[in-house]
Order: sequence, then structure tokens, then C-alpha cells
Amino acid sequence: MSTHDLTVPVAAPATPWRQRLGTMVPILVLAPSLAASFIYVFVFTLWTLYLSLSSSSLMPTYGLVGLDNYASLWANRRWNIAYTNLFLFSGFYIVGSMAIGLLLAILIDQRVRGEAVWRTIFLYPLAVSFIVTGTVWSWLYNPVDGIQAFVRGLGWTDFSFALTANRNTAIYAVIITGIWQSSGFAMALFLAGLRSVDPDLVKAAQIDGASVSRTYRKVILPTIAPIFLAVAVIQIQFAIKTFDLVAALTRGGPGVSTTFPAIYVYDLMFQRGQIGEGAAAAMMMLAALAVVLVPYSLWIVWRRRAEGRNG
Amino acid sequence: MAEIALSARHDPEAAAATRRYFWARFLVYAVLTLFAVIYLAPLLVVVFNSLREQSDIARNGLISLPRSFRLDAWAQAWGTYCVSGTCEGMKRNFFNSLWMTIPATLISTLLGAMNGYVLSKWRFKGSEILFNLMLLGVFMPGQISLMPWAFLLGKLGLTNSTYGLVLIHVVQGISFTTLFCRNFYVSIPDDLIKAARIDGAGFWRIFRKIILPLSPPILIVTVIWQFTGIWNEYLFGVVFTSGQQQPITAALVALTAGGTTARAYDVMSAAVLIGALPPLMIYLFGGKYFVRGLTQGAIK
Repeated sequence: MSTHDLTVPVAAPATPWRQRLGTMVPILVLAPSLAASFIYVFVFTLWTLYLSLSSSSLMPTYGLVGLDNYASLWANRRWNIAYTNLFLFSGFYIVGSMAIGLLLAILIDQRVRGEAVWRTIFLYPLAVSFIVTGTVWSWLYNPVDGIQAFVRGLGWTDFSFALTANRNTAIYAVIITGIWQSSGFAMALFLAGLRSVDPDLVKAAQIDGASVSRTYRKVILPTIAPIFLAVAVIQIQFAIKTFDLVAALTRGGPGVSTTFPAIYVYDLMFQRGQIGEGAAAAMMMLAALAVVLVPYSLWIVWRRRAEGRNG
Repeated sequence: MAEIALSARHDPEAAAATRRYFWARFLVYAVLTLFAVIYLAPLLVVVFNSLREQSDIARNGLISLPRSFRLDAWAQAWGTYCVSGTCEGMKRNFFNSLWMTIPATLISTLLGAMNGYVLSKWRFKGSEILFNLMLLGVFMPGQISLMPWAFLLGKLGLTNSTYGLVLIHVVQGISFTTLFCRNFYVSIPDDLIKAARIDGAGFWRIFRKIILPLSPPILIVTVIWQFTGIWNEYLFGVVFTSGQQQPITAALVALTAGGTTARAYDVMSAAVLIGALPPLMIYLFGGKYFVRGLTQGAIK
């Protein structure tokens, strides 16, 4: 066995050109996808980078203007609102959905009856689009027809719940809906994590007389710490890319109060004919993703290596 | 259970423990129920409203038990409701979405399976680096690719067409499908492949006879993931198509944009449900695979 070179078919001796073709097949199979991905990732990014440095307005043009687009982007009040919203949204959205997700995961982990039913209920929002979620919630937030009208109908005639009607509160409507949509996702990941914890570890803690909450705090949750990080990183990604939800829920309004970076890019490129500055905003989105994902990937690689050495 | 009840009668400490246990269980179910209501309420509201008469909705508000019942809204939303001049309902957009999602899902999954096979079982010098470069596609924000796509689709004559969207979703999806399949195929023992190669099986034969028969779990996960993602996608749909060519997500936003007239919540609710139904069905029937895709896609 060990004397055979495994890259050469042994049973059927082939002619040299067929052999060479044979070794080429895997590369040929991969080539179209590689080319497409290469164009998609690198050529498109450089292309947009170039546009962001050009004087493109209604149509792409290729006269360079240096960093002018970036300067005018960062001087723009609406961009300022967009990234302020992004920070606000990311913070509440990540903490909120992780907290609810963890709570639900722990509750389901208490050997409840009908586990599959609970899971299905909490996770279904993730299957439907942000467009559907955003549309339905925009109706619920509507003060005339939605939750406010409902509660007033029950007798609390002073009840006020009109988040989306007010510039200062509309962002919280986006946050609540975002949490509603994706805490089930956090739950699914946490639950998978809880199930992967070594049962002996838990038993040992119980034998030592640790209470349920202590067992969770001191034994179980620390062992699934990497999952917290994974969930957070994925949700930051969602947050940075937030577009559909806002488009369906508030359309960026009232006024420009719920503008997000992705909304801003779309608006500049396709509504206002400021392609150069829109491209600059798109590059900033990419930069934000890189700031989160590059350190995370490096950490993952480092951890795998460390595990490889120890194990 | 009987034992617990017996000992409880005799031992006050055990009785207290039983009571504590009971309240703890009660609390667990109470909190779960509370959240279940919050999660289900919006769905129920939409389902009810799609079945209520518009006058009932106008009188009693959106959130109310139905006091009327009819299916007209569904028929209108599907076939006759007017959006900006054309009165064809969601039907056309539904099929646009279907003819976009099915080919894009199948092509990207097939390519992903073959790529994953090469990258796990036919590694060559530099193949790991190429794999990692392909993965970058997973993280690309769509906004970066908008202008290049606009240009390319224009050159290819695919603007405002479902084919253009298929192309975009295939290219964007390859990195996901390759990642899923590659990570699955890595766990197939190399000895199996080696043995087959010694028996003279080549690249394609091993793929057909060994890899594909082992693939259904990962292919189902990938198909579900791709179908749901592409069906629900909005950005490319709204940017690169208009009017009758729009996929259903973009059409829903146009439909519900609301004019000056009273909002036809009954029809809009039915339309929203039509748009949500395919992924919801997939989720209900393939839930296990859906969750598996989620956790795999997330953690790796």
C-alpha cells in the first residue's frame, strides 16, 4: 500500500495525457467558482473603492478626486445619524437578543415538555424575511390601528405607544423588532452549546451541592463562553448590514431619523445620483465589518492552533 | 411521582422541596408561555386580518378577534389587487421569486458540493488558501457589489430580469454552499476515498458513488439555507428589478407603501402571508435541518 503513489490510478494504467488531465480535473471543477468568487470579492471591492475615489455622480465616471467623497460623507449630518443609529441599534440589539435568547435556552434546557414546539415558536421569525417582519410590525406600531389603539380599546384611554411616529423614538421600534426577529437565533445557538456541555461536569457540580443557578453561572456558562462571542459577532454583522428591516418598517423615517449606513448607500447611489459618496459609504460598511471580523477570525485560528498543540 | 407524593406526606422538608420544585416548574412554563405569546401574536394578527372584512378591521382595529370571515382578501392579494396601475396582485411576483430562487438554489448547491469535494478530498498546493479566500464572500456586504453588478448586468443584458438575480445569487451563494459542503465532506474518512482510488475509481466516479450517496444531510441543509435566504432577499431585488419583474419581497414593500386612501389591511395581510408562506413551510417541515444549517453556518 505505502509504496503506491496515491495520486496515480493503479488498477487502470492510463496514457500520460489522460493522467495529466486527470490531475487537472479537480482544479478545472473549482476554477469557475474560484473565478466568480475572486471577481465578486476582490474586483468588485476594488471597483467600488475606485468609485469612492472618483467624481461619479449620476453615472460612474473615472476622474479621481482623492478622498473628497469621504470628507463630504463624514461632514454629512445624515451619515452622522446613520452611524449613531448603527451603534445604538447594535448595542441594544445584541445585548437584548442574547439576553432573551439565553433565558429561553436555559428554560428549554430544564427538560420541559414539548421542547420541539417551544423551539419552533421561538425560531420561526428567523425563517420569514425582514420585509415581512418589518411590514407587520409597522402596522402594530401604527398608533391609529395597532398596539396603542388595542390597549386604549381595553380601557386605558391615555395609553401611548407611538414609537415610529416620533423622530426620537423610531429607532427603538427598529431595535424591538430586531430583537423579536433574532433572539430565537441566539436561543438556538445557546441551546446547542448547553447540550454540548459535558454532563459529568454538571453532575460533579451538583454532587458538590451547587444550586442550579450556581451551576449555570460557575460551570455551564463559562464553558460555552466562545458561543457568546460567536453570537455577538454574527449579530454585529447583521446590524452593520441592516437594510431590509428598516426599509420595510420605517423607510428610514420619520424624516431621516432611522437612517442606517446601508439605507444611506442605497439612497445616495440610486435616489440621489451621488454614486461616488455612496461608494464611500459602502466602503465604510466594509471597513466596519473588517474591524469586527478580522480580529475574530485571527482569534479563531489562534485558538484552533492552541487546541491542536494541547490536544 | 407516587413516591414523591408518599414521602411528601411524611416529611415536611421533602414537602417543602416538592413545593419549591412545583413553583420552579410553574415559573419555567409561565415565562415560556409569555414569550410564546409575544412571538406568535404578530403572526396571529396577520392571519386573522387576512380573513376579516375590511370594515371589521376599520371598526375594531388591527388587533382583535375576527368577527367576520371571508377569503376574498386572499383571492385579491393573489390575483387582482392593484399596485401602481397594474391589477395582477402578487401572483406574478410570487412566480418571479420562485423562478429566481429555485435555479439559484440548485446551481449554487451543486457548485458548492463539487467545490467542497475538491477542497476536502482533492487538495492541492494552495487549496486551503483558495478556500479561505472564497470564504470572504460570506462576509461581503451587498452594498459593495451594487455598482459593479449594475454595470455587469447592463453589459450582459440582464437588467430588470430574473436571470440577472439568479446570477447574482449564485455568485453570492457559492461561498456559503462551499463552506457547508466542505466542512461536511472533511468528516468523510479519507481511507474510503483512497480505497476507491486504488480500485481505479476516478474523480467523478468517487463523487457519484461515494460522496453523493453520503451527502443528503448536508445537501438538504444547504438547499434549505439557500432557498430561504434567496427567497427573503430584498436589496438586489429592489435595486435591479422594477414593476412586474420584481421578486415578492420588493413587491410587498411597494404594495404596503400605502397611498392616501384607507389602508386595505385585509389584502395586505394576505399578501404578506403569501410572501412568507414558502420559507415558513420549509421551516415547519425541515425545521431540524434549518436549525442545523444555522448552527453550522454560525459556529464554523
